[in-house]
Amino acid sequence: MAEIKLKTPLTDEDVEKLKIGDKVLLTGVIYSGRDAAHKRLFDLIQSGRELPVDIRGQVIYYVGPAPAKPGKPIGSAGPTTSYRMDAFAPKLMELGLKGMIGKGNRGTEVVEAMKNYKAVYFGATGGAGALLARSIKKAETVAYEDLGPEAIQRMEVEDFPVVVINDTKGNDLYVEGAKKYRKA
Amino acid sequence: MREVQAAEITKAVRDLFVDANCNLGEDVLAAFDRGIATDESPVAREVLRELKENARIARDEQSPICQDTGLAVLFVEVGQDVHVVGGDLKAAINEGVKKGYREGYLRKSACHPFTRANTKDNTPAVIHFDIVSGDKVRIVAVPKGGGAENMSRVDMLSPSAGLEGIKDFILKRIEASGSNPCPPTVVGVGIGGTFERSALLAKKALTRKIGERNADPELAKVEVEVLERINRLGIGPMGYGGNTTSLDVFFEVEPCHIASLPVAVNVQCHAARHKEAVL
Repeated sequence: MAEIKLKTPLTDEDVEKLKIGDKVLLTGVIYSGRDAAHKRLFDLIQSGRELPVDIRGQVIYYVGPAPAKPGKPIGSAGPTTSYRMDAFAPKLMELGLKGMIGKGNRGTEVVEAMKNYKAVYFGATGGAGALLARSIKKAETVAYEDLGPEAIQRMEVEDFPVVVINDTKGNDLYVEGAKKYRKA
Repeated sequence: MREVQAAEITKAVRDLFVDANCNLGEDVLAAFDRGIATDESPVAREVLRELKENARIARDEQSPICQDTGLAVLFVEVGQDVHVVGGDLKAAINEGVKKGYREGYLRKSACHPFTRANTKDNTPAVIHFDIVSGDKVRIVAVPKGGGAENMSRVDMLSPSAGLEGIKDFILKRIEASGSNPCPPTVVGVGIGGTFERSALLAKKALTRKIGERNADPELAKVEVEVLERINRLGIGPMGYGGNTTSLDVFFEVEPCHIASLPVAVNVQCHAARHKEAVL
């Protein structure tokens, strides 16, 4: 399995070379965002207002971290299930979002949008929050503090480990993986 | 009448939620090891090794295994010869939850269903009381994450569907859940009673330890059969493909109405967390 190091923000060329199953280590800035933050971003877009974050070339991590202990940049921070953001994801890709990190299956509209707008969906190991937090070196809230764990945070990550689940060609690691090992 | 102080209950509940969230059970770790030894997929084995490493870090740092530290679910069995003194029992439990989630740096995940405003202290807890014989209070704390809970379902089958219909319902549910509930999962199955009773049985089934078979040998056989069939689906750890899709399947069965066959499937992620105390 290929292991690729990538720096954020991502370009079309960065994402177009990725294939399902590739192991990627991300370094740079990523933004957290989950259910309630997505709803707010979407409402801003609908009403033609500016977003609190310029998402062009960026990667959004679907995460609601645990509180940081004193002296730590962040608490446990693994991915949440992604399909709940499906209704909002194609619009964000249209505006330039290049990557999403989460876990779990995406809908067909999201997979199509990844093809059309050149973006990828990365999986991080769900439930490995203590381990993944070690790759997050700094985190600060940049919007929606009132949402608590659902606020948007700017995270500085170093070699954050992810796997490509959906690439820009419409392939799906979940479909291929299950096909290979199915015995029923 | 034996007396138990409300403050003791608060302390026990606080400690149980911190313990459950930071220290994964030996039974679950042993199940990861079995997957590492037997799964055909190299990616699956790597994910399971990561989960073991994650559990080790959480234990060393006393930080939560997963950032989703759950809604606070509790099974509380109160002996009929116990008298709780020094405060309201339910308030004492909720106070323990508040303290545990605050002092343990656990995430507060409870919110209003419509406005989504966070209650900020992870209460109210979901408390299932039972009155039992004896003079003890037994508390089982089950932090329940949202991702796997969302994959759970109840159905009212036709009695003609029978046991085969039940197996079919479970397998279809696990297949449809795919990678969403953070496999390898533990599957709680509640059969019988009424609509709500089946769901409660399914939840209670999840408080068993991995490998702990149903006392009824026939049901024990069915549990093993369903587990094997789930693990032939190919979903694997995190849904990346493999033979370790579930770590165990637990059935809890009670009589039901002559017209009904209620069946509930409660899905639990690999962070199968539950701890108990007896006061």
